[in-house]
Amino acid sequence: MKIHEFQAKKLLRAAGVAVLENQVCSTASEAGGAFKSLGGAVAVVKAQIHAGGRGKGTLKEHPDQHGVQLVRSAEDAIGVADRLLGSHLVTLQTGAAGQQVRQVLVEAGCAIARELYLGIVVDRGVSSPVLMVSSAGGMEIEKVAAETPELIFKEAFDRDAGLDAYQARKLATALELPVASMRSAVQFMQRLCRLFVEQDCSLVEINPLVVTETGELVALDAKMSFDDNALFRHKDLQEFRDLAEEEPTEVRAGEAGLSFVKLDGNIGCLVNGAGLAMSTMDLIKLHGGEPANFLDVGGGANVEQVTEAFQILLSDDNVRAVLVNIFGGIMRCTTIASALLEAYQSVGFNVPLVVRLEGTEVNEGRKILEESGVDIITANDLTDAAKKVVAAAG
Amino acid sequence: MSILVGKETRLLCQGITGQAGEFHTRGCLDYGTQVVAGCTPGKGGQEVAGVPVFDTVADAVKQTGVNATMIFVPAPFTADAILEAIDAGISVVVAITEGVPVLDMVRVFEKVRASDAVLIGPNCPGVITPEECKIGIMPGYIHRKGKVGVISRSGTLTYEAVWQLSNLGLGQSTCVGLGGDPIVGTSFVDLLRLFQQDDETEAILMMGEIGGTAEEEAAAVVAEQIDKPVAAFIAGRTAPPGKRMGHAGAIISGGKGTATEKVAALESAGIVVAESPADMGTAVQRAMQQA
Repeated sequence: MKIHEFQAKKLLRAAGVAVLENQVCSTASEAGGAFKSLGGAVAVVKAQIHAGGRGKGTLKEHPDQHGVQLVRSAEDAIGVADRLLGSHLVTLQTGAAGQQVRQVLVEAGCAIARELYLGIVVDRGVSSPVLMVSSAGGMEIEKVAAETPELIFKEAFDRDAGLDAYQARKLATALELPVASMRSAVQFMQRLCRLFVEQDCSLVEINPLVVTETGELVALDAKMSFDDNALFRHKDLQEFRDLAEEEPTEVRAGEAGLSFVKLDGNIGCLVNGAGLAMSTMDLIKLHGGEPANFLDVGGGANVEQVTEAFQILLSDDNVRAVLVNIFGGIMRCTTIASALLEAYQSVGFNVPLVVRLEGTEVNEGRKILEESGVDIITANDLTDAAKKVVAAAG
Repeated sequence: MSILVGKETRLLCQGITGQAGEFHTRGCLDYGTQVVAGCTPGKGGQEVAGVPVFDTVADAVKQTGVNATMIFVPAPFTADAILEAIDAGISVVVAITEGVPVLDMVRVFEKVRASDAVLIGPNCPGVITPEECKIGIMPGYIHRKGKVGVISRSGTLTYEAVWQLSNLGLGQSTCVGLGGDPIVGTSFVDLLRLFQQDDETEAILMMGEIGGTAEEEAAAVVAEQIDKPVAAFIAGRTAPPGKRMGHAGAIISGGKGTATEKVAALESAGIVVAESPADMGTAVQRAMQQA
């Protein structure tokens, strides 16, 4: 689960990690009031959407307006907020349609001496959480990793004991922080690492992490996401979920217990198992087609799930044909075949459907489909299925 | 021979009184696996599918001499169940449960490494040595006793490969599903070494997927330590970056873990990589012919 910057900063503040004074606003006039109450000569108005790259991104409706803007008066703040709110911000991560801005964060300015990068993830290579810092703050960290990996420093830390002080000092020294900043740096890093573990985060990213002219470390931006599998023990985080930021069909699929990812092609896929689902997409591509989605119905697909899956697939206007690829293991092919027929009839199919069944009771399953008289194209193996569905999609 | 499990395996099921635990205990019994004990705290003294249930794993070990376990307890309690099994001295721990928090596995992983136990999973189909012992949820009948060791990060894709190997008459020595999570107990590398030492295994098929660097590490080990023919398939060649494809581990992040990188690493280690999932079995044949 991803959350907004203003929500992440609330969590940081509560954990004792330094952030600037700020107010979240959903109207332009609120933004003006926030500027006044912050009381400084400057403030920054920041669009609140889940996608990154907001500073460089621009609005669809106002191509000159970026998603993050320095303002010097309440009037400025009102003007910027007015353009941002309700408009669609297009960044490298949103796709061409952009994401609608519903809230802005108005934050106090600060005197910046240096911009750094800080990130925490669970590194599967070492099976442990890892704190990463870099002197190349504000840049895309992927780019830094690819071009100048020597500028990234890492420390794996113990889940329960947290980051040791010497580890924080090592990183601070690698970043060439002045002695005067050492205490601030150690505290900042240790508290953030503790927060990462306490909240079951999958990512914490502070980019940029700034060193102020007085030597303090402050989180100028904050990105946090959480391990979905651990949300059961963080009931308080669930109120941070913003469904408006998520792909509607993916939300709907999630509610039905389906794992779904929307893609740009025209061949809908319904598969059991994530590995086989990915492989089915690859197979379609290999035979010249383009998958419209990834959809895993899981191990025990029933009639309701298959019906919902079909409805989700067909709600995408790009879909020209659908491929069902099921390897029946514990699930019998006869059960799947009956579920398919029932779902097919209740949904009102308007594109060709290719079905490939294999596994337990496969012959009986195929027979059910053939004898139903329903217009389903059956395939004998993977390659046959791919060829037929690519041909059907035209 | 074969690896990890065989005729001598005496199996415990943790979470046997749950729906999935009972169903798959029956499946394993039907296949011929010696399931000799179950465990659910507070339900000791009951019987499920003719198997006695104990309150603790330690009890089950003492009373029945189990040496392997399969875990079906719900995700919030899976880490605890794994730790209990290791503490009781069980040598092969197979965690089927899906949805275990990653930070739980960070702790479990450390404990497993510090013990003599092997952990397979979580979020995996299990382990099977055909015609001897099935531990997990895979359909037994698609397997044939044979010469190919199978290692995979996924479930149904493994069934697909097993089916192809059985139809080609190659069969399998042992098949292991590693699990689709970011942190799992056993890696490709661990199993490649076991299959290398196993007399019954003549070739190895490994099925990876996007995300992480486990396949690249496996390629390096194959190049230096494995002289048996190895074939591979990587799922997710067409997956876009930043989108999680069902498995928590299957995500391309920070430009790392792409299929292209993995295929290149595998091929440079002399591994035959199947381009299509329809050709996993024939890729093994080609690897064996080249050797």
